[in-house]
Amino acid sequence: MKKVQFKSPLLPYLLLLPQLAIVTIFFLWPAAEAVRSSFYLEDPFGFGSTFVGIDNFTDTLTSSDYGRVARFTAVFTFFVTFLSLGIALLLAVKADKVIRGASSYKTLLMWVYAVAPPVAGLIGVLLFDQHVGPIVDFFAMFGWQMQIGVNYFDTSFAMIVTSVWKQIPVNFIFFLSGLQGISKSVQEAASIDCRSGMRRFWTVTFPLLAPTGFFLLIINITYAFFDTFGIIDVMVKGEPGNNPVTLVYKVYLDGFRGNDLGGSSAQSVILMALVFILTIIQFRLIERRVHYT
Amino acid sequence: MKKNQIWDHVILLVGVFFMVSPVVLTLMTSTHDAITVYKEGVQFLPGGKFLENYETVLFQAGGFTKEVDGFVMLKNSMILGLGFAIGKIIISMLAAYAIVYFRFPMASLCFWIIFATLLLPLEVRILPSYEIVQQLGMVNTYSGLIVPLIASATGTFFFRQFFLSVPDELLEAARIDGAGPWKFFKDILVPLSQTMIAAIFIIMFVFGWNQYLWPTLMTTDESLFTLVRGIKQILQVWVGAQIPAFNEAMALAILAIVPPVLIVVIFQSWFVKGLVESDK
Repeated sequence: MKKVQFKSPLLPYLLLLPQLAIVTIFFLWPAAEAVRSSFYLEDPFGFGSTFVGIDNFTDTLTSSDYGRVARFTAVFTFFVTFLSLGIALLLAVKADKVIRGASSYKTLLMWVYAVAPPVAGLIGVLLFDQHVGPIVDFFAMFGWQMQIGVNYFDTSFAMIVTSVWKQIPVNFIFFLSGLQGISKSVQEAASIDCRSGMRRFWTVTFPLLAPTGFFLLIINITYAFFDTFGIIDVMVKGEPGNNPVTLVYKVYLDGFRGNDLGGSSAQSVILMALVFILTIIQFRLIERRVHYT
Repeated sequence: MKKNQIWDHVILLVGVFFMVSPVVLTLMTSTHDAITVYKEGVQFLPGGKFLENYETVLFQAGGFTKEVDGFVMLKNSMILGLGFAIGKIIISMLAAYAIVYFRFPMASLCFWIIFATLLLPLEVRILPSYEIVQQLGMVNTYSGLIVPLIASATGTFFFRQFFLSVPDELLEAARIDGAGPWKFFKDILVPLSQTMIAAIFIIMFVFGWNQYLWPTLMTTDESLFTLVRGIKQILQVWVGAQIPAFNEAMALAILAIVPPVLIVVIFQSWFVKGLVESDK
C-alpha cells in the first residue's frame, strides 16, 4: 500500500461499486449457489428439491464413469503440460540464441496465441478427418489407421496434439522473456567456465528459469483443465458417448444435457477445491519467487 | 560453431512449420470448392474459389434458422471483444485506484472479495451462473454476454500492480499543487498508464473474442452468435450434408482467426509486455 493516500468518506466505495456489484452478482452468488445445490437432489421436472447431505459427492466420487473421466483428465493434463512446456522451452532457447531472423521466428511462433480453442479444435477436426485429413494419411503410411471420434485412443491423441499446439505460444513467450532476463554477465561467466553448451544449459540457464517454469506449470495445468473445453467440445462433435472428455466437460454435460443439477454442482465444488489448492500453490510460489540479480 | 547454428535454425524451422502449417492448410482448403476437398482431401495449394467461398460465408445466411450470416457474427464478435475489453479496463482501473490510493475501512475486505474471483474460473461455476443470469432475464442480450465475463479480477490485479509501482512523490506533488482525487486520476494516473492500458486492451480483446462456453450457453438466438460460438452450429449443418462443406467451414474459421491474430502481431511488443507482466 501507498504511504500517502487520499481520505474520502464516499469516493472509494463509489469507485469500487461497479466491480463489487459484478463480482457479487456473477461470482459470489453463483459460487454459493453451486455449493448449496451440491447438497440437494433437484427434481428433474422442477418440482422442488430435497436435502440429501453429501450423497451427491459420494455418488460422484464412487461412480465408475467419474473415475474414468478423472483418469483421462489426469493423463491429458500430464501430456499437454509436459509436451507444450518442453517444446516451448526448446524453441525459446533456440530463438534466444540465433541472431539472424530472431524477430521473425518470434512472431511466427507466438501468433497462434490469438486462435480461439474451438477454432483450433475445428482445424484439428479437419486435419485429423478420416476422409480428407493429411495427418491420417500420413500415419496410414506407417500402418496406423486413425479413427477420430470412434477410437478412444486416437481421439485422445488428436485432442492432445491440438491442445499442445494451442498452448505452445504462451509458454514460448514466457520462457523467451525469462531467458532474455538472464543477465549477460552470468552467461559469459558460465561460458568461460564450461564449454559444453548442454551442460551450461542444465546447470546455469535451467535453474535460473525455474521460477518461470513453476509459474507456467500452474498456468498449463489450469489451461488443460478449463481452457481446453472448446477444443474438446468441437472435437467430440457433440457426441461425447465413448469419447474421452475432461472433468470440466462432464460438469457441463451432466448439468446441461443430463439435467443432474445436484451431481453437476457437486462436481463443480470438487473442481473449485482443486483450483483453490492450485491457486494457493501459485501464490506461494509467486511470493517466494526467486530473483537472481 | 557454424554447424551448431544450422541446427538451431533447423529446430526453429520445424517449430515454425508445426505452428504455422495447420492454419495455412486451413486457408488453402477454404479457397477450393467442396467437391475437390471431398475427393482429394485437404488442399496444399491455393484454389480459385477464394472470393466465392468468402462471399458465401460472409453474406449468405446459414445455420438452422437461415438468418445469420458471417458478417453478423463478425459484428457480434467485435461487440463482445470491444465491449469486454473496454468494460473491463474501466471497471478494473477504478477499483484498483480505490484500493491503492485510498485509505478507508474495509479496504482489505473489498480487496479479498475481488481477488477471490481469481480462484474460480467461469467454467467451474457455469451452471449456477447460467441460472442466475437467466433469472435476471439477460439471456440473449449483449449485456448478458459481456457483463458476467467481467467478474474475474485479472484486470484489477494488473492495474493494482502497476499503480503500486508508480512513485509516491507524484501523488505528494499533485496534492501540494492542490489536485483532488479525480484530477490526479484523470491528469496523472491515466496518462501514465497508457502503455499498460494498450497492453491489457489487446489481451482482453483477444480473450473476449475467443470466448466460447459462455456465449454458447448465453445465446440461443442466432442473430447474437459470435464467430467462435457459431462455428460449431454451422459445422453441424454443413458437415452433416452429403458433401461436407469443409471449404466454407474453414473460411469461417479463417474469419474467426484473422482479427485477433492481426492485433496480436501488429501490437506485438505491447502484447508481450502486457502478458508477461500481468501474470506475475
